[in-house]
Amino acid sequence: MATDVTMPQLGESVTEGTITKWLKKPGDSVSKYEPLCEVATDKVNAEVPATVSGTVTELIAEEGATIEVGQLICRIEEEGGAAQDNGETKKEEAPAAQADTEPSETPKKADQPAEQGDTSMKRRYSPAVLRLAQENNIDLEQVQGTGKGGRITRKDILRIIEEGPLPAPVEKAQPAKEEKPAAAAPAQEKAAQPAAQKPAAPGVSVEPGDEEVPVSTVRRTIAQRMVTSKHEAPHAWTMVQADVTGLVQLRKKIKDDFKQREGISLTYLPFFIKAVVDSLKEFPYLNSVWGGDKIILKKRINISIAVATEDALYVPVIHDADEKSILGLAKAIHNLAEKTRAGKLTMEDLQGGTFTVNNTGSFGSIASQPIINYPQAAIISMESIVKQPVIHQDMIAVRDLVNLCLSLDHRILDGLMAGRFLQRVKERLEAYGPDTQI
Amino acid sequence: MPVMSYIDAVTQALREEMQRDEKVFVLGEDVGVRGGVFRATNGLIEEFGEQRVLDTPLTESAIAGVAVGASCYGMRPVAEIQFADFIMPAVNQIVSEAAKMRYRSNNAWHCPMVVRAPYGGGVHGALYHSQSVEAMFTCVPGLKVVTPSTPYDVKGLLKSAIRDEDPVLFFEHKRCYRLIKGEVPNEDYTVPIGKAEVKREGTDVTVISYGLTLHFALKAAEQLEKEGISVHVLDLRTLLPLDKEAILEAASKTGKVLIVHEDNLTGGVGGEVSAIIAQEAFFELDAPIRRLAGPDVPAMPYSPPLEKEFMLNPEKVANAIRELAEF
Repeated sequence: MATDVTMPQLGESVTEGTITKWLKKPGDSVSKYEPLCEVATDKVNAEVPATVSGTVTELIAEEGATIEVGQLICRIEEEGGAAQDNGETKKEEAPAAQADTEPSETPKKADQPAEQGDTSMKRRYSPAVLRLAQENNIDLEQVQGTGKGGRITRKDILRIIEEGPLPAPVEKAQPAKEEKPAAAAPAQEKAAQPAAQKPAAPGVSVEPGDEEVPVSTVRRTIAQRMVTSKHEAPHAWTMVQADVTGLVQLRKKIKDDFKQREGISLTYLPFFIKAVVDSLKEFPYLNSVWGGDKIILKKRINISIAVATEDALYVPVIHDADEKSILGLAKAIHNLAEKTRAGKLTMEDLQGGTFTVNNTGSFGSIASQPIINYPQAAIISMESIVKQPVIHQDMIAVRDLVNLCLSLDHRILDGLMAGRFLQRVKERLEAYGPDTQI
Repeated sequence: MPVMSYIDAVTQALREEMQRDEKVFVLGEDVGVRGGVFRATNGLIEEFGEQRVLDTPLTESAIAGVAVGASCYGMRPVAEIQFADFIMPAVNQIVSEAAKMRYRSNNAWHCPMVVRAPYGGGVHGALYHSQSVEAMFTCVPGLKVVTPSTPYDVKGLLKSAIRDEDPVLFFEHKRCYRLIKGEVPNEDYTVPIGKAEVKREGTDVTVISYGLTLHFALKAAEQLEKEGISVHVLDLRTLLPLDKEAILEAASKTGKVLIVHEDNLTGGVGGEVSAIIAQEAFFELDAPIRRLAGPDVPAMPYSPPLEKEFMLNPEKVANAIRELAEF
């Protein structure tokens, strides 16, 4: 029995992945959980494991192709045959049989004009379509189907054969690659397709001398996420100022020892995170997610931290940050930052964040208005610690001040709770003194 | 070219064959003095006499049995079973004797006989006067099963059947008798048994049918042309042996096949046609092969609304074609 392997859901908001490399080819035998291919998703590289043991019979998705989650990528002929699978097969049949009992639903759908956008049948190729495509070197991914559910019909293919080959804009754009064997062509075309699908922003013109930088996958994902967040969540913003003179003194006192003992630098970030985490426990609404008709208060406190690289922004997660000490947090931050820069973040590292701490101070910012890491409820940014003359104990004094900026999803939170939360973070940060034990 | 009805084409073919060959004779219930309950043998007894136009007892086994014996001795009997529903008592003679005669006698004997039988519903005939029985015989090697749908084919095929050296079952759709008219040449001609015919050229969906439902398909095709759906229609004409070549060609024409017959779905000829296509034209297919057929119920209902429900019609065929076209 052949088992279909589909693009897995590699993370909660991941909708598609690009096959970067096939690790198996047809005829190779695989054991369950053995990696089949490498996949680049929005923000992470992952491997797709085999779902069953057997022999790879067919690679459906080509290298370089971007495949939607749930779409077929390859087939594995299961080893051991039917006897072993009977149980599973039957289970699978049950829902199918149920579907059969409600046939009235499908035809109804067909009559609805709304079906226009339905592409559920786009990749259901009939024998005739497959044969004609093969005989005439037609890349079916490029063909617009006119059949039900976007299915490519035999007539669609015959029309293409009659009207001549599909336009190949990619080849013109990259003349250098024309020499490459034909096999490379589909991959190129495919790579170009998503870009082509996204039309240029209106009103944007390219003048002579301008440089056009193609948008990378990560860049596009960032763009899309930011738009989604700004679009979905009504952002409100608030800021408090904390006097962290004590914390600065404490860090100054212990950082050399710390570095020597632990091998990593002690930054302010673990202190900030600790203050945030402890405060989140008091205000669970800050550690929640908007669920449409409900607000989901997350039990675990997983802190997403923004880590910038030259060209992109990653938000790896410190899981169960509430169970970690300053040392634990420092190590976790260090590890994630290292992994990010080395491009070795795993899916696990990027999943499950419930609140984001953004360390904008690291590049000198003193105030920022962060965009919420959707669908979280809020994001806090820690700005630069700046020495300032202030009134302290009724005297003019030079103190280390820091701004704490909070963007919140106003559907979930109002200013009052956000303000109280910020106050508690502030109090916690201000409570540090040169002699605090960590 | 004169236009005549389906049943008149039957009569003309019989008359011309009886004139041509004096070994040809007809027998059956009420075929003589009465001229047949449907008037298919009208005027024959007057022209050829009671020696060649035999009124038989109400015994189908005898009608078929006499035909088997006579044909073995070189006669060309054309036996009429008044309604195909009544063929059951004759099945033993047809299936066990006529069909196997040449084989079991190692070519020493053969049965050049024809069994004519009106079949099908839509005439308020209810249970015993509406059945489609063709599929019961298409699984019997040694027989030929012919089901013409037009007057032209009736005359040409009946002549071929009479001249055939082996037993031929000639099923005439009784609803077609006076409903379907068409041009029929006066001169002698034959239509070969085992050859299907494209009755309409099209590019979107192929409909394969025979008998009355063939006309439904043509009507549906006409209607659908206005909607921009081009329908290719193949008339099987002979159900045994099937014209594989024509079936495959028609199926390949569009890659979407609808098989339509009045005989019930299960075990109907559509299953065989579909299997041929699936096996030999797989890479031409653009959609699952569909069958539209009579329901799997024991009999044609007498109640007019239920009969209407049972019977196919151009609308039902058009709907099925439309679905395939959209696929």
